[in-house]
Amino acid sequence: MAKYSLKINGKTQQVDVDPSTPILWVLRDHLNMPGTKFGCGMAMCGACTVHLDGNAVRSCSLPVSAVGKSAITTIEGLSANGTHPVQKAWLEHDVAQCGYCQSGQIMSASALLKSNPNPTDEEIDAYMSGNICRCGTYLRIKEAIKAAAKK
Amino acid sequence: MKIQKNIDRRSFLKSSALAGGGMMLSFSWFSEAKAAEKVEALNLADQWSELAAYIKITPDNVVKILVPNPEFGQNVMTSLPMMVAEELDVDWKDVVVEMGTHDNVKYGPQFTGGSNSVRMYWKPLRNAGAAARQMLIEAAAQTWGVSATEITTKAGVLSHSSGKTAKYGEMAAKAATLTVPKEVRLKAPKDFSIVRNSKKNTEGLKVVTGKPLFGMDYRVDGMLIAMIQHPPAFGMKLKSFDATAAKKMPGIKDVFSFKLYDDGFEQAGFDTRTFNEMIAIVGNSTWEVMNARKKINAQWEAAGDLKETMMGRGGKTEKIVPGRLETTSLQFELMAEYAKKPAQQLRKDGDPEAAFKNAAQIIERTYNAPFLAHNTMEPMNFFAHVEADKALVAGPIQAPGWMEPTLIKLLNLPADKIEIQMTRMGGGFGRRAYAQYAYEAARISQKMKAPIHLIYTREDDMTYGIYRPMYTATYRAALDVNKNLIGFHVIGGGIPENPVHANRFPAGAVDNYLAEGWEIPSNITIGAFRAPRSNFNAAAEQSFLDEVAEAMGKDPIQMRLDLLKRAKENPVGKNNDYDASRYIGVLELLKEKSGWGKPENAGKKRGVAAYFCHASYAGHVVDMVMRDGQPYVESVTSAVDCGVVVNPDAARNMVQGAVVDGIGQSFYGALTHKDGVPEQNNFHNYRMIRHNEAPKKIDVHFVENDIDPTGLGEPPFPPVFGAVANALFKTTGKRYYNQPFMSEQSKS
Repeated sequence: MAKYSLKINGKTQQVDVDPSTPILWVLRDHLNMPGTKFGCGMAMCGACTVHLDGNAVRSCSLPVSAVGKSAITTIEGLSANGTHPVQKAWLEHDVAQCGYCQSGQIMSASALLKSNPNPTDEEIDAYMSGNICRCGTYLRIKEAIKAAAKK
Repeated sequence: MKIQKNIDRRSFLKSSALAGGGMMLSFSWFSEAKAAEKVEALNLADQWSELAAYIKITPDNVVKILVPNPEFGQNVMTSLPMMVAEELDVDWKDVVVEMGTHDNVKYGPQFTGGSNSVRMYWKPLRNAGAAARQMLIEAAAQTWGVSATEITTKAGVLSHSSGKTAKYGEMAAKAATLTVPKEVRLKAPKDFSIVRNSKKNTEGLKVVTGKPLFGMDYRVDGMLIAMIQHPPAFGMKLKSFDATAAKKMPGIKDVFSFKLYDDGFEQAGFDTRTFNEMIAIVGNSTWEVMNARKKINAQWEAAGDLKETMMGRGGKTEKIVPGRLETTSLQFELMAEYAKKPAQQLRKDGDPEAAFKNAAQIIERTYNAPFLAHNTMEPMNFFAHVEADKALVAGPIQAPGWMEPTLIKLLNLPADKIEIQMTRMGGGFGRRAYAQYAYEAARISQKMKAPIHLIYTREDDMTYGIYRPMYTATYRAALDVNKNLIGFHVIGGGIPENPVHANRFPAGAVDNYLAEGWEIPSNITIGAFRAPRSNFNAAAEQSFLDEVAEAMGKDPIQMRLDLLKRAKENPVGKNNDYDASRYIGVLELLKEKSGWGKPENAGKKRGVAAYFCHASYAGHVVDMVMRDGQPYVESVTSAVDCGVVVNPDAARNMVQGAVVDGIGQSFYGALTHKDGVPEQNNFHNYRMIRHNEAPKKIDVHFVENDIDPTGLGEPPFPPVFGAVANALFKTTGKRYYNQPFMSEQSKS
């Protein structure tokens, strides 16, 4: 066990966990922040996507010991109340079916738009292909990303 | 989902009764005739007036509608309340939606599956809304001293010709004291103002802000995390294990083996068990339990043949589960052998033997498909807190009602001491109709005497599945010298079930018809998978019909229409289970919307298929191109007849999803075994369709009619497989007989 001081959604949080613990489980089990989802545990599905200093990372494969002073943003911290342009576009296009993958999709999409405010369809495909949606909402996700890009 | 500690719902009702004020009228949705007789008056907490068990109206006019069926992405948290709100005649913006509680007695099965939710609640929920509205009118009539017939409603407001008006909330308390009407009048479809008008997902904001909705998000204070170590292969069992090292790992509370069912346990139809004895590992946190599990030193051995006692509709039967350690290539060989043996005759019309004997041309093709893993994005998991005299279980489950009788037997507790809470499900596709994982959670909690959350990793979920069966089918068509279809024969089988629907199209359209089936038992557990038999059949039959149309020199849509016309006007046989008119309607809409046969589409590589399953009709035209040397479905036109479409935009979303799912499963889906060990265990070796592989465009069209809803979750999915197979032929010049299509592509 080791103590870590983590910057999460603008707040500093203390945890005492094994250094190998992935951020996913630090968030879910130790900080009671269940918005970040467990899907595969090997960075293949994207359900656990969070931002590390603004970049999309798979939190299931990011050990707490590797985070250091970097700032983590989760779905809970993307906006106070669903008002981030990407979240608004998701609601406007009624994207979700089961909804389980969508916080990861939204975190990937918001990181994409931050680095590339006006992506082409191909750039969206390339960036988003690490996020699986088992219900098949890919077309609406793409529409929502393009709508959010215009805002 | 409410995160709460043990609150017995029955004691909740009891304590409400003591609180005083208001009343509740409860009745069963499923015995409408008895509704008025079952009226019981109970006092209720003062801020809500319950007009019917799932409708509550506050004095300040908020309408709360509880949803009886679990949500797994089919949008029932929106579509079912829309049906209530339509007849209640309230403003949709005043509606608040919540997941209901489970109660087998009051609300019946509360089952999500079989494309059944909207279909089975269409009348009961509208009746409830209409009854509540009528009671509000009666309350206003009594209050104002006027006749109820002179009162109208609009968007939650009661009005009388004298100019008197009142909001529903003002009349709710009085209305709740009235008798539930014996008869209600439902709106005609032309008067719908909420149904048929797209409404946004009522849980959308919670989804996009990451609120705890799912089973995985369920937690209570003091909850422990549990995982299971199951045998590494189907057909194996636990021999012995040493948990000394695992128990020493940080955060670990206990490691023990447990039996799911006691010897001689009588299994109901959905009590499927993959393994009966497993090792449980319980600790403080997920990561600690994951790591400690690796330290368990377990020995496994061949289980041999096992006897299971099944309780079905026909009473008690015994089933032998063979102990063979299965290998996929050998299973396909075995299926090919069985296909040549005499099989069970399922249907016979005319004289098929003579038709094939006299045929000028016979076309014969065989189609194969492997097991498929459900791979719901949320892995299986369940919360359980079993105490000496009561139990609470909570999590993602499609069939809460089927769990209850099994939990009663497993825990030796009466029904009223078992509380089942339903969470939103991160996908289901049939997998969560089998509550094995919930029973495991209950067993582990029972042993630990503590609240536990059982979590499957992705590897557990994929290698410990209840898969879509393996299937094969051989189709034969007999053509006469004029290229008329004079005979049709299908023989199908699978591990462990036969896929053939003997009474579906083209049964009824061909004079001489024979359907046969056979089955091979196996220890690999199988179950529902978004219409498992249909999604195989639609691939096989619909690509076979494409080849037959080609041999007949006919356009594939016209060939189907001709056969359906025959089935409509002069059907062969008696038990045809489809409506040829609706089938024709879908094909004609598809033809029109896709511009089928139009010169501007002449250069496109298009495949078509249409299929009937459950109670609805769907078809697709798939446009395929070669992209980077691989076939790619670029756009799709879909036509569906599911009767009245309650929530059109969400319905389009589900059809689009079914198309994407169908392309992915038919291209890539396969769960194979070697000596009983699943060869895929996570998304690095089980390929799922991804963003870049989804079509650019999927246009969805619904047949407009006033038929009561007939279901949408499954029907659009099966025909995707056939349309993809037929487009592959146009694109590559090669017929695809074996799923997944891209593995065949890579072999050739």
